[in-house]
Amino acid sequence: MIDDDFVKALLEGRDFISVKHRDDCLTLDCLPDSLIGFCKHLRDDQTFDLLVDLTAVDHGEEADSRFQVVLHLYSLIHKSYLRLHVACPDNQSPCIPSISSVFPAANWHERETFDMFGIKFSDHPNLKRILMWDDYPYFPLRKEFPLAGIEVPLPAADVAEVTGADVDPAPMMGGPFVASGNGRMSEAEPRAKDESWTEESEKPL
Amino acid sequence: MISNEVGYNSKVEGEVIVTRADSVINWIRKHSVWPMPMGLACCAIELMASAASRYDISRFGMEVMRFSPRQSDCMIVAGTVTYKMAEVVRRIYDQMGDPKWVVAMGACASTGGMYRSYAVMQGVDNVVPVDVYVSGCPPRPEALLDAMMKLQGKIGNESSVKNLSKKPESTGVS
Repeated sequence: MIDDDFVKALLEGRDFISVKHRDDCLTLDCLPDSLIGFCKHLRDDQTFDLLVDLTAVDHGEEADSRFQVVLHLYSLIHKSYLRLHVACPDNQSPCIPSISSVFPAANWHERETFDMFGIKFSDHPNLKRILMWDDYPYFPLRKEFPLAGIEVPLPAADVAEVTGADVDPAPMMGGPFVASGNGRMSEAEPRAKDESWTEESEKPL
Repeated sequence: MISNEVGYNSKVEGEVIVTRADSVINWIRKHSVWPMPMGLACCAIELMASAASRYDISRFGMEVMRFSPRQSDCMIVAGTVTYKMAEVVRRIYDQMGDPKWVVAMGACASTGGMYRSYAVMQGVDNVVPVDVYVSGCPPRPEALLDAMMKLQGKIGNESSVKNLSKKPESTGVS
């Protein structure tokens, strides 16, 4: 049972964590240096032994602490989630300790977070891109990255040479393309939100 | 007596059929299309349905799905082609022996579909020459069957004899 006593006991003697909110589940801020030890404690002593998700949030270039890693843990005993927010100290080259030694499931989650946000996880056993190809120069889920993408060469140089293809920004044509979700099927299918402009004719002011 | 027969009659015409080499070669080719199922997303499920009993692609002589590119001559690109996968699609295409054809099945393979994003190639025709495009997301098996019949029609009109001495257009990648 996650009640006030539980939270009080958890916070006692641990000045590196603080309660952020308890709206949907207990959400704690945690300092990166103490993350591994705290995760071990949650896993072994507090029965939060299931890592459900590990991802990150980009708060934008102006934010004081731009990148924040978010962990969701679940306890089958408490039947409850616990959320950990870990703010990355450096905005330019964000880095926090890897928890894959505590939760092996974090291995690929951390690789995905690295792939999409460029957050490094120190002491990770195999920190390389998992979705995009190894030489891809950008981090696509960062705020400054456009949805359509940025032109780069195709991953395989020999294929690019024969076909002349490269990685182009996707045509948005008034997009993004969203489904309205109601009405007849023929009207509900994904279409451009704003059909008044295309790549050829500029967006009206 | 007036005969209503329209087919070949060996009693009348003897044991010899006169025709053009193109007709024979194309007739053989179009009724033994061996598809290479390049299943990349949900279109592959519809592709499987078209091979199963309800739709039964074997009625048109193309049920021999081969998972080895060396044995197949029609690549059915069924699904979303990401930039990371595009390289693989091209390499598999190059491993197929001539003559070979490509069917882009569904919106994603044809144009990128609803994936207007940094990760998805906007149409597989950027890396391989496509013969037939199929609309739909995913297309129903009937649509795929129609596309394959269109492909048969296309094969039937090829100048096969002339193409025998022609060099392939692209050198291909290893």
